[in-house]
Amino acid sequence: MKYTEEHEWLRVEGDVVVVGITEHAAEQLGDVVFVELPELEAQVVKGDEVCVIESVKAASDILAPVDGEIVEVNDALSDNPGLVNEDPQGDAWFFKMKLDDLRVLEDFMTEDEYKEFLG
Amino acid sequence: MPEQLTELKQTPLRALHQNLGAKMVPFAGYSMPVQYPMGVMAEHLHTRAECGLFDVSHMGQVILTPTDGIAALEAGLEALMPVAVSGLAEGRQRYGMFTNAEGGILDDLMFANRGDHLFVVVNAACKAADIAHMQAHLSDVALVEPVTDRALLALQGPQAEKVLASLVPDIRGMRFMDVLSVDTVFGALWISRSGYTGEDGFEISIPAATAPDFARLLLDLPEVAPIGLGARDSLRLEAGLCLYGHDIDTTTSPVQAGLGWAIQKSRRAGGAREGGFPGAERILDELANGTANQRVGLQPQTRAPMREGTQIWDAPEGGQLVGHVTSGGFGPSLGAPIAMGYAERGCAATGTELWGEVRGKRLPVTVCDLPFRPSTYKR
Repeated sequence: MKYTEEHEWLRVEGDVVVVGITEHAAEQLGDVVFVELPELEAQVVKGDEVCVIESVKAASDILAPVDGEIVEVNDALSDNPGLVNEDPQGDAWFFKMKLDDLRVLEDFMTEDEYKEFLG
Repeated sequence: MPEQLTELKQTPLRALHQNLGAKMVPFAGYSMPVQYPMGVMAEHLHTRAECGLFDVSHMGQVILTPTDGIAALEAGLEALMPVAVSGLAEGRQRYGMFTNAEGGILDDLMFANRGDHLFVVVNAACKAADIAHMQAHLSDVALVEPVTDRALLALQGPQAEKVLASLVPDIRGMRFMDVLSVDTVFGALWISRSGYTGEDGFEISIPAATAPDFARLLLDLPEVAPIGLGARDSLRLEAGLCLYGHDIDTTTSPVQAGLGWAIQKSRRAGGAREGGFPGAERILDELANGTANQRVGLQPQTRAPMREGTQIWDAPEGGQLVGHVTSGGFGPSLGAPIAMGYAERGCAATGTELWGEVRGKRLPVTVCDLPFRPSTYKR
């Protein structure tokens, strides 16, 4: 698992990357009540706002961590946004991306580095 | 940020919030708990199911002691508000609002007749301006004294009566909007049966020195949980209650805001004390002829919340901009997004189908009655 400074986690599954938000992020957001997922087959560029997460208090975005194509989205989150609070690093993944080159993931933090980043 | 935080004012319950693990945020110049470890959703639902304790000590408490007889003070206050002050019985509280010359709302407030004086509770963000306003206009008829040595707690929810009666049995006979002073081991408590959640409940003014112990005793009871500003906001939104600075402000009149019910007959056209308050011309005209737009409930038809500032249109594309959201979020007791805002007269009828623009997309929203959830006041 790799981590971004935007509190996303990235997990490689074959030739795709699964993206979600960390436990820390879910805790900070509070109770999630709405999730807007990206369009399938969308070509996204690192930094694009690809998802919207709304908690009881506010709306926030998930940014595309890398360039690539959205190949799958987790529809379960549309029906049950609370899953993000229950299992942020497991069942509550947001989308899967296909990358040109998985080596870009090497730039992201390891779990230990992320823990250090959180302080 | 830490520098800023150190300049924030603290309530007498600061240490208690810390012990309870509250997440503190700046609000109206105070460091206030926005939520506790339970979280906004669970705090909201707990208040509706059992009983929640809120620290609202940031709000302004003011005593108005008449210096020229109570009638002169009542008349003085009626010159600032479109609301009847005269006729409010001793031991009763009423909702009111200060208006400006244009008929806009300077602040909304509660005032109570406590026999030899009036007790006023105003919003935190407006408190300095309200006190200056009262001192400027009432000093001939009253001593205007801000109360600075007291906390203000709200205990809200279906178990509130049982819980408070376990410490203060005298409250049992109170009805909605009654006020009572009780001498206790915690000092004199000034209690009103009111609140801002749509639930039965009480607001308790208590000496700052004893407030933490009193709050702790309440929280030790199994029914009571501490509730932060986050759930306070979703509770009042479900109850259809206005938040000053959002749903009402200096540009909205009480009539536009749907607060005409707070303007008694005696202050209306043909009443014994008709007009004579700031903005009377506009407000009386609006009472007779309606307003160009008005506050409405808005029920989003998708799961996407429509937050404050969301534009409301009369068509899924093109069309006219006919309103905007002033408070919006998620209603935990309804399990759905809810909002309120202003809509033009022709679009304000219950059932009107409109569209809210969320992140560039027009999503369906329906005008609905307020409140979203019926209040359970003990009348």
